[in-house]
Amino acid sequence: MNQIYTLRVNGDDREVRDAWVGESLLYVLRERLGLMGSKGACEQGECGSCSVLVDDELVCGCLVLAASATGQQIVTIEGIAPVGIPSDVQQAFVDAGAVQCGFCTPGLIMATHALLDRSPEPTEYEIREELSGNVCRCTGYGRIIDAVQRVSVSRRAAAEVTS
Amino acid sequence: MSVTVAYTLDDALESLAADPSAIVLAGGTDLMVALNSGHRRADAIVCVKRVSELRSWRHDPDAGTLRIGAAMTYSELMDDPLAGFAPALAQAARTVGSPQIRNAATIGGNIGTASPAGDGLPVLSALEAVVHVASTSGHRDVAFADFAIAPKRTVLQPGELITGVTIPVLSGFQGYSKVGVRNAMVIATASACLVVDPVGRSVRLALGSVGPLILRAPEAEAIASAAIDFEANTIGPAAIRAFGEAAGAAARPIDDHRSSAAYRRRAIEVLARRLITRACPSITGEPS
Repeated sequence: MNQIYTLRVNGDDREVRDAWVGESLLYVLRERLGLMGSKGACEQGECGSCSVLVDDELVCGCLVLAASATGQQIVTIEGIAPVGIPSDVQQAFVDAGAVQCGFCTPGLIMATHALLDRSPEPTEYEIREELSGNVCRCTGYGRIIDAVQRVSVSRRAAAEVTS
Repeated sequence: MSVTVAYTLDDALESLAADPSAIVLAGGTDLMVALNSGHRRADAIVCVKRVSELRSWRHDPDAGTLRIGAAMTYSELMDDPLAGFAPALAQAARTVGSPQIRNAATIGGNIGTASPAGDGLPVLSALEAVVHVASTSGHRDVAFADFAIAPKRTVLQPGELITGVTIPVLSGFQGYSKVGVRNAMVIATASACLVVDPVGRSVRLALGSVGPLILRAPEAEAIASAAIDFEANTIGPAAIRAFGEAAGAAARPIDDHRSSAAYRRRAIEVLARRLITRACPSITGEPS
């Protein structure tokens, strides 16, 4: 028997029906709701390419049972900024050359937003530790760390101007 | 297959009583891997990660204890205020997976999964924690040492749920160390937790990933308890060496895909020496 359940994704209520209730949130996002931004690679929480926010916590979508996330606020890469208007983190990744094949990028963008919300001026060590759950096989991470630092600097500068 | 999301302890226990074959889902970091890969099938899942009673903690200053709800996450254990009460548990928490994993993974899940490599478990062993278990027929407490009976097997009966764990809040040194191939996202090749209780004048050393269960190292503990000057917080170099050797001798490691038994035993010796040196930073006597 299949249960029908509703997920709140990027501010919208999305009904999931005719689906096996053992599916992961990652699978439901991609295959049931057509949100292909979250990537699936390892499906065991090792790579971080499916990182999403559930009630403001950064988690691996592949390790969330979708049917258990009813009533929670789910934010995916599609919900991080309006289409065509990149977030400051997305723009910094482009500017720093932190995107190569791009497969890890959505997860890293989500992880970077979570990191900077928690710690606005992270040290390099902190950035490396906080992004340790997101695997990138192209960049060697240098430009990703650069991108994170650019956002931190620009946000501080913006805060100083407005204060 | 059915999925039940429980919000209260009574809801969770009633769901488990109604279908004792139901699998408990907390953080999902173990169970979802098994479901995703098809290695495990489930007819019924009871999700307990939002049960309010399991999401709380309580410090009892009179008893000198900290009770941690089973659904508290490693991210929560890593930071104050809990880190201040249980520093070794906070250190162990920081070595768990990645931020994504720590935001999901729970202490109760770690206890219930009962892997010999569970990062929180050597700490609970060294602190001689008490595991709280409930079912619709009542509550019971199980000493941590008696909880796991084999790798990934526990004394938990059908219909029972881990509700929390109680540990003593101690004043002395406590530390957790782990060896793995990376600093992040790594299952322990070997791990150890040292707790020095200057009030009770005892030393406790627990070992992870070097046996079918979390092990204690009683001979090493006896060596350190006798050798430490609890007033000055010092220990001699010969005792440090003997402590490390006794810790290695207590390990019961195997060769597997992650490491060799010989390496694991050696790693335990080094981890034990390192931890006791951190506990007693001014070493007395001649350097070794």
